[in-house]
Amino acid sequence: MAQQYKLVTCTINGKEVSTMVDVRASLTDMLRNDYRLTSVKKGCEVGECGACNVIIDGEAFNSCIYLAVWAEGKNIRTLESLISPEGELSDIQQAFIDETAIQCGFCTPGFIMTAVEILESGKHYSDDELRKLLSGHLCRCTGYENIFKAVKKTMLRRLGKLDDPFLKA
Amino acid sequence: MYDMKALYEAGSVEEAVRLRIEHPEAQIIAGGSDVLVQMREGKRAGKELISIYGIDAMRGVSIDENEAIRIGSLTSFSHITRDPIIQKYCNVLGEAVDMVGGPQIRNIGTIGGNTCNGVTSADSASTLHAWEAIVELTGSNGVRRVPIKEFYIKAGQVDIKPDEIQTAIIIPKESYEGTYGHYIKYAMRNAMDIATLGCSVNVRLSADKKTIERARIAYGVAGPVPMRAESAERYAAGKSVSLETVEQFGAEVLNDINPRDSWRASKAFRQHIAVEMAKRCLVCSIKLAGGEI
Repeated sequence: MAQQYKLVTCTINGKEVSTMVDVRASLTDMLRNDYRLTSVKKGCEVGECGACNVIIDGEAFNSCIYLAVWAEGKNIRTLESLISPEGELSDIQQAFIDETAIQCGFCTPGFIMTAVEILESGKHYSDDELRKLLSGHLCRCTGYENIFKAVKKTMLRRLGKLDDPFLKA
Repeated sequence: MYDMKALYEAGSVEEAVRLRIEHPEAQIIAGGSDVLVQMREGKRAGKELISIYGIDAMRGVSIDENEAIRIGSLTSFSHITRDPIIQKYCNVLGEAVDMVGGPQIRNIGTIGGNTCNGVTSADSASTLHAWEAIVELTGSNGVRRVPIKEFYIKAGQVDIKPDEIQTAIIIPKESYEGTYGHYIKYAMRNAMDIATLGCSVNVRLSADKKTIERARIAYGVAGPVPMRAESAERYAAGKSVSLETVEQFGAEVLNDINPRDSWRASKAFRQHIAVEMAKRCLVCSIKLAGGEI
């Protein structure tokens, strides 16, 4: 069978773009190879580790098990969208640094994009709820505690509740 | 890159049916969290795929003209959990599918895919069996409706004809009215794990909340396909709401289930937890229905 290509038009990090993609490509392939968005990591490539996680129409998806052609008409956001025009980090990125939630950094973009979905809900989640919401990511360095703290602190800060007496961190 | 031979994208149910007839060898792909992983592993390598993921008409939960709950087959697990109709009438289904994989998997995984792959451990399957769901299939001759029990033929095989796709899952009013249920998934981890055993129970109590009018129970991983525990159901019908009833209900399930030894757990262990899960699910369901126990 001859190779099959399809024109895919979508919004990536606020900009409408289109490119011809091989129908066999995953969204990870398209974002990395066609758009050079290398925050989208290739980890397990079977939807288990969350390193390739991106936000599509407001929800987190593992882009490794998402066909590139499905991106047609979708609004996709990667970690690259978080940085301000002046090059400053967003609050959640800074929180990962402040809480030492990073060692090798491979899981970080995926984790942060899930955190973005959590934070944009505007809800105040309990610790157990937060752990469940973060459970789709593997980190082999940090032991998760610092990642959890970074997300929780940012959630509380955005809600204006950082002085919560129950927060011991 | 996936090792696929060709990809055919359907934009509508009619187009999907046509593609099914034109490409009899092709595999249907919905959210892809099973099909693409199997393709990556080499199991489905080199195959043609018919993608139905773009058929938006197959998404969403509604109440149909017969007051039945209609769940479009492409509705994702997370959308089912968040849906107000599910939360009001069949909350246990939302809770059960909230235990599938992890958050990203629940955003891509669909209830249609979860049932069509015919796997006994599917978290939605035991609840759909316990609520006597109807599977709606659409083919070239129109719509066919099959009770979910008959939809599962054997492990990995379900009743979909070569020209059909599954378009919806329906829970009739008779099944959900006044009914409350609970699901327990027993697994080694709380996330990203497959059930060692899954148990879903639901009850309808009498008006005074003293008698069990109807109790239904179904398991995943208690046999090659999801199954009801019918002798336990027969036993509980008409019995008083009491701990004795709960105890005997749990004991009865061993007449029905047929779990196996596998690397996940032994048969003896599965039988042991099946009894305990039945009892706990029944107590929880009775409490949700307003009974005291």
